[in-house]
Amino acid sequence: MTRKLALSDEILMQVEKPARYIGNEVNSVIKEKDKIDVRFAMCFPDVYEIGMSHLGIQILYSMFNAWEDVWCERVYSPWVDLDKIMREKNIPLFGLESQEPIKDMDFLGITIQYEMCYTNILQVLDLAQIPLLAKDRGEDMPIVIGGGPCSYNPEPIAPFFDLFYIGEGETQYRNLLDVYKENKKSGGSRLEFLQKASQIPGIYVPGFYEEEYKEDGTIQDRKKLYDKAPDTILKEIVMEVSDTHYPMKPVVPFIKVTQDRVVLEIQRGCIRGCRFCQAGQLYRPVRERDVEVLKKYAVEMLKNTGHEEISLSSLSSSDYSQLNELLDFLIHDCNEKHINISLPSLRIDAFSLDVMSKVQDVKKSSLTFAPEAGSQRLRDVINKGLTEEVILKGAALAFEGGWTRVKLYFMLGLPNETEEDILGIGDLSNKIAATFFETVPKDKRVNGKVQIVTSTSFFIPKPFTPFQWARMCTKEEFLEKAYQTKQGIMAQLNQKSIKYNWHEADVSVLEGIFARGDRKVADVILKAYEKGCIFDSWSEYFHNDVWMNCFEKCGVDPAFYTTRERSEDEIFPWDFLDCGVTKEFLLREWKKAMNETVSPNCRSKCQGCGARRFGGGVCFESDNQNQN
Amino acid sequence: MNQIIKIRIKFAKYGTMKFIGHLDIMRFFQKAIRRADIDIRYSGGFSPHQIMSFAAPLGVGIESQGEYLDIEVNSITTTEDMKNALNQTMVPGIEIVSVTVLPDTVKNAMASVAAAAYRIAYKEGIFPIENMEQKLQEFYAKEQILVTKETKKSTLELDLKPGIYELKVVKADAIPEIYMLVDASSSGNIKPTMVLGAFCDYCNVKFEPYSYQITRVDTYTNLAKEGKPRKLVPLEAVGE
Repeated sequence: MTRKLALSDEILMQVEKPARYIGNEVNSVIKEKDKIDVRFAMCFPDVYEIGMSHLGIQILYSMFNAWEDVWCERVYSPWVDLDKIMREKNIPLFGLESQEPIKDMDFLGITIQYEMCYTNILQVLDLAQIPLLAKDRGEDMPIVIGGGPCSYNPEPIAPFFDLFYIGEGETQYRNLLDVYKENKKSGGSRLEFLQKASQIPGIYVPGFYEEEYKEDGTIQDRKKLYDKAPDTILKEIVMEVSDTHYPMKPVVPFIKVTQDRVVLEIQRGCIRGCRFCQAGQLYRPVRERDVEVLKKYAVEMLKNTGHEEISLSSLSSSDYSQLNELLDFLIHDCNEKHINISLPSLRIDAFSLDVMSKVQDVKKSSLTFAPEAGSQRLRDVINKGLTEEVILKGAALAFEGGWTRVKLYFMLGLPNETEEDILGIGDLSNKIAATFFETVPKDKRVNGKVQIVTSTSFFIPKPFTPFQWARMCTKEEFLEKAYQTKQGIMAQLNQKSIKYNWHEADVSVLEGIFARGDRKVADVILKAYEKGCIFDSWSEYFHNDVWMNCFEKCGVDPAFYTTRERSEDEIFPWDFLDCGVTKEFLLREWKKAMNETVSPNCRSKCQGCGARRFGGGVCFESDNQNQN
Repeated sequence: MNQIIKIRIKFAKYGTMKFIGHLDIMRFFQKAIRRADIDIRYSGGFSPHQIMSFAAPLGVGIESQGEYLDIEVNSITTTEDMKNALNQTMVPGIEIVSVTVLPDTVKNAMASVAAAAYRIAYKEGIFPIENMEQKLQEFYAKEQILVTKETKKSTLELDLKPGIYELKVVKADAIPEIYMLVDASSSGNIKPTMVLGAFCDYCNVKFEPYSYQITRVDTYTNLAKEGKPRKLVPLEAVGE
């Protein structure tokens, strides 16, 4: 029997890529709904091709559907063409598997991976015909739950969610669903469920708290509206990552998606401690997966999906202690089966170049360096332990190996940045070009030249980083810095070998507001959505003028969130969350940054960040060894 | 020396799968062949690809009972085994109908295609055309069936008549449908919507393409020698 689709043939024939909306993919899960207690819609609020590329959803989808009483379906943002039709025809947003309306399900879970998707959250709620504000939702509406990195400062979107799950999903979801089932069975209300849920570790119910502000707009205090709600919420974390659930049968899309391959997550967390990096703090401590487990996963997932490519995922793959063994295995096994290996950005050295030459066409591929800052002084400020010497040595090795293309990534607007640092970007790019001409004799130069692509993004201070106190630049300052960078590159001897790209500044400013925003920002997001803003991360749909107008109308000053200097004792909107690293540690790191002092990585010396209390990480493990 | 075995796979495509376009169906089969552990041959070079060729691309929205692709393999147990293995890895809406081993001399699927048969049903039941059977006969009896075809650069007039090998009304569960056998070769491919559109024009009925469900019945090759009368057989019939 064929499934009945939510959309008519006529609609599906009119929209771009109907495959986004029909489900039926290999490894998608269909269940008998009469035998299900909990129906869960799992949403990535962006277009299908982006959402389907996300590992986190595949993990939760697989874990939920492994439970007999739960049916988890997927939902993504309808693209603008279908969005228009659904509004005109009043078609409620549906789950891809059952093709049934989301509003009839028990939960709508939304993963929030980047700030610029906030209006798409409202789009999904609106199309699903669920009230946008949690307080307006009736007893029969799904519980709307948020998760993912942006939930570490959920305040700008707090009014839209019934609850947030803080941390890694594997640990408490079963518990949460059981509490839900229990509450439903005993005839408990929505409010009663939220009250019970607030007692589960990692669960934050925004409706149970209220922010009180000082006259200057900063937070005075947080008032609890439900006395049993916890004061702080500690993130959830899986310590035994080799034993946790992994999606052995990921859903295989029909259309080409961004990440069209098997993804092998080799470790969580990072030992590096770059001061601008939020993920590096949020996911501490570092936890490696057992290499034998990973080999088994790779073979089985390739078999179950038929994908022709596999890639490794982690924040810093070069730090994975068994990388050598894993890559040897993959290269051997995958070559036999004509599977490509896509390597994450590895630190460039003899080992990684050797591996890369085995799995890529050297002539076609490029090398990537992320110095992030143009001078050693500024790299010390941000604690990026990559020196010019290491970069030039790596580049020379690579040029000898036949590579001719280099990509360089930098940030502009970092704390304490001077003109010298900015000019350093052109300088370093030039030195790499010069290295090519010094290393490769004329007669061996492919096409006679080297291609260097230097890209800059604008620095955005994020919560739970040492730079959460930092001032962010204005749009004008950003553009001036990009101009200086360009001038700096143009002045170089080898400028013809260097191509320079820079980011849009408008979007960065807005991202900066959302990143460190409080609940006052929610009004602006709601207003901008009502004025038609969706898909803000897609430059063709981003309307900065509409946004700025909404800030003005709501009486919210963007500069309060971006360029304002924050004092050491300011209470931040996200302070009630605990990601493991302490505010004291972050402040210590902030002060060290201002003194241009580096901190060693976790493997070299423990810095006492606080994440050790979870009972793991390289500092914890080495201590254990010492005791034995 | 490595032996090369040429295989022809016939499959049906229906239901929700009609919305998956030709290129994505190719990708789907590349992955399915991996899942089924078929010992397919790969091309050489730095990024080897599976040796695979599809017969005639099917438009999005059209269902089919007779789609074909050819692959080359290094080894095979039986064609039945391969059919079963592939069917294990399919999704609802794609079904392997047959697997045959091809003689070495057979041209690849795409080059072999000469004609295709289609059935057209009106989605809501009875066609909104009175005396359809008679009208269709009159329409087909015309000396020329002229349509204008818009290309990127210009519009050109085309006579469909020589490419329509059969055109008639057939019944499916007592409900009339249009059946047509038309040229599907690379040089003279006729889309069923072109014929249907011209027929609607002839009947003074507005042509609404989404109201019809088109199904490709089968894809044919011509076994006759050049200059001889057509001898059309389904692409699967040339194998062993």
